[in-house]
Amino acid sequence: MAKLNTVKALNLALLQEMERDEDVVIIGEDVGVDGGVFRVTDDLHRKFGGKRVIDSPLAEAAIIGAGVGMALYGLKPVCEIQFSGFAFQCFHQFENHVARFRLRTLGRFHVPMVVRMPYGGGVRALEHHTESEEQFYAHIPGLKMVIPSGARNARALLVAAIRDPDPVIFFEAKALYHAAKEDVPDEIETMPIGRAQVARAGTDLTIVAYGTMVRVAKEAADALSTDDGVEAEIIDLLTISPLDRETLVASAKKTGRVVIVHEAPRSFGPGAEIAASIMDEAFLYLEAPIRRVTANDVSFVGFARERSMLPAVPQVLAAARETLKF
Amino acid sequence: MPRTALEPRFQVEYLSILDADGKLDAALEPDIPPDELKRLYRAMLLGRHLDERMVRLQRQGRVGTFAPIKGQEAAQLGSVALLRSQDWMVPSFRETAAMLWRGWPIEKLLLFFAGHIEGSQPGPNQNDLPICIPVATQLPHAVGLAYAAQYRGDDVVVMAYFGDGATSEGDFHEACNFAGVWHVPLVFVCQNNQWAISVPLKKQTHSRTIAQKALAYGFPGLQVDGNDVLAVYAATKEAVDRARAGDGPTLIECVTYRLAMHTTADDPTKYRTTEEVAEWERKDPLTRFTAYMKKKGLHDDGLQAEVEAEVSEAVRRFEEIPAPDPLTVFDHVFAEMPPHLAAQRDLLAARLRDDAAGSPDPPEERPASPPMRGQRNSRWQS
Ligand SMILES: Cc1ncc(C[n+]2csc(CCOP(=O)(O)OP(=O)(O)O)c2C)c(N)n1
Ligand SMILES: [Mg+2]
Repeated sequence: MAKLNTVKALNLALLQEMERDEDVVIIGEDVGVDGGVFRVTDDLHRKFGGKRVIDSPLAEAAIIGAGVGMALYGLKPVCEIQFSGFAFQCFHQFENHVARFRLRTLGRFHVPMVVRMPYGGGVRALEHHTESEEQFYAHIPGLKMVIPSGARNARALLVAAIRDPDPVIFFEAKALYHAAKEDVPDEIETMPIGRAQVARAGTDLTIVAYGTMVRVAKEAADALSTDDGVEAEIIDLLTISPLDRETLVASAKKTGRVVIVHEAPRSFGPGAEIAASIMDEAFLYLEAPIRRVTANDVSFVGFARERSMLPAVPQVLAAARETLKF
Repeated sequence: MPRTALEPRFQVEYLSILDADGKLDAALEPDIPPDELKRLYRAMLLGRHLDERMVRLQRQGRVGTFAPIKGQEAAQLGSVALLRSQDWMVPSFRETAAMLWRGWPIEKLLLFFAGHIEGSQPGPNQNDLPICIPVATQLPHAVGLAYAAQYRGDDVVVMAYFGDGATSEGDFHEACNFAGVWHVPLVFVCQNNQWAISVPLKKQTHSRTIAQKALAYGFPGLQVDGNDVLAVYAATKEAVDRARAGDGPTLIECVTYRLAMHTTADDPTKYRTTEEVAEWERKDPLTRFTAYMKKKGLHDDGLQAEVEAEVSEAVRRFEEIPAPDPLTVFDHVFAEMPPHLAAQRDLLAARLRDDAAGSPDPPEERPASPPMRGQRNSRWQS
């Protein structure tokens, strides 16, 4: 057991999986000698060499496209896109191929690849370095979309993603990289992809969140408990797609009130699918309309205005209280 | 400081061995065993005949949109013939002849163009990727395959096909750049058929050749007469040998021509003249190869009837294939079916049962209503 931040925890997952399985290779911009701009691949180049930890030329479509070829051959590439804002340069490879080879060939081929990308705001960064784009991937059949919320689950989910026979888009919240250290066991730990977790048990209200927003949800839930005597249940999705509807519906049935929090813009975002899925199966249990607390439908405005754009505790509290009063 | 020319100076060669008039450059003639020549010739006839048949089947509504290869048989077969079964072939969407050579059954190609996903499934031990429709996007895959082969230390070469239009796409350039930097065992085969639908080569690139683009990425590029099967074969042999020896990738530009329409949905008279087409018909790869085979005493008059029978037989088998089961596709989205897909499959199964039962307006099956809550004073229940 060691106290690790998310960067170190992810690094541990990569290190241990690479030690276990020679088919695991890393490709990306600056992932080798430099260890990645966030140091997630730190020291792996020295340990495993340039053939396995590949400093690729600067071209996202070929990073993902070559990753597809490697995966079809039987390797398990872990590709890094330096920032999720630059994944549109390879988006066609995701939609056209990464997601489709299994179906297209009726299982003759599959694409056991992981694509790691730092995403999200709260770090006072430039345009294209703060956005949340999980909805694009979650919408594509054949892709899995995972977003951990802390060091321990980040490590366990990355191990699971590497071992998954299907492609996993793995978003790492930049704001969480160094946020908090957690106890991470030395021996390899995995978590099932496709399962949400109850991050805080409660009976009066369900708050659905993932990534950085789990922290926001927890702060809001603590305030609700002290100030309003209300116990909120927090569902940490961990996997955006395939969505764990079972856990969501069970919680919604129990509490009858749901607030969804995400950093991505609201319209057509994950909140819409989450709300619709709950309505499908728990409509008659709901005591109030489902509320969404999200970024506005406005693209990047510069970090000087970022605080006003990102969902924060006061908005979550307001939405929760509105829902409770309804 | 003076301006000086950098070494090395770059140079692109053009290779032609058997010209349109059947004249042979004996000094350059590759040493192809008679049996291999016969196989190549038969494959060319088969490719040509299947192409004609496929267009007719499309016109009859028995298959959907099809991209004909007529005129490009030598470019495809002269190159693919150098692969062994452990090597990999990465096609684009106009490689019928190359795919047949690699062992794709004719009826599988028919299935593909008849809209069955089964037509995209390579055989269990077949090292081929399926037809790829987004232009040039298959090229990075070829680089990754070649990298993986090299990583594992396998004796494998990868060959990737694409058109002249594809060389304008970013994926082409990214793939060439990666291939050069990684020094992978890969042969890029460009079928420069002069047209990308209605756009002629001169609007596609201002480069004098496509072959020279390889030089910018640090590996050799060679232009060949793509209608000369001997030249394509000789050039590809060099490239494959180089790849096998660990000397990296090569780009071969086969100068050829699409004699038919872009696809069966296209009308080429809108953008090109009949004179232009006639000029290229004179350079038909099949005509000159037939003359060559006759001169060698390897020509077999019965072959045409044989390939026609082979295609007819395959068409017959294809037409006996029953309608596909819509439900099977759910099994192949992920290794394990997630619950939402299982639910969608069940809904579809119910709809199919209703359709089969012939109900005039099949009701959508709804999920069972959730039980009422009761214990709470819900506003929805009042
Ligand atoms: C990315 C992409 N853009 C556009 C198309 C539509 N399209 C199909 S084939 C084609 C022309 C391709 O030209 P070329 O690469 O020369 O190949 P050819 O058709 O001549 O064999 C176009 C524009 C496509 N399939 N993919
Ligand atoms: Mg073309």
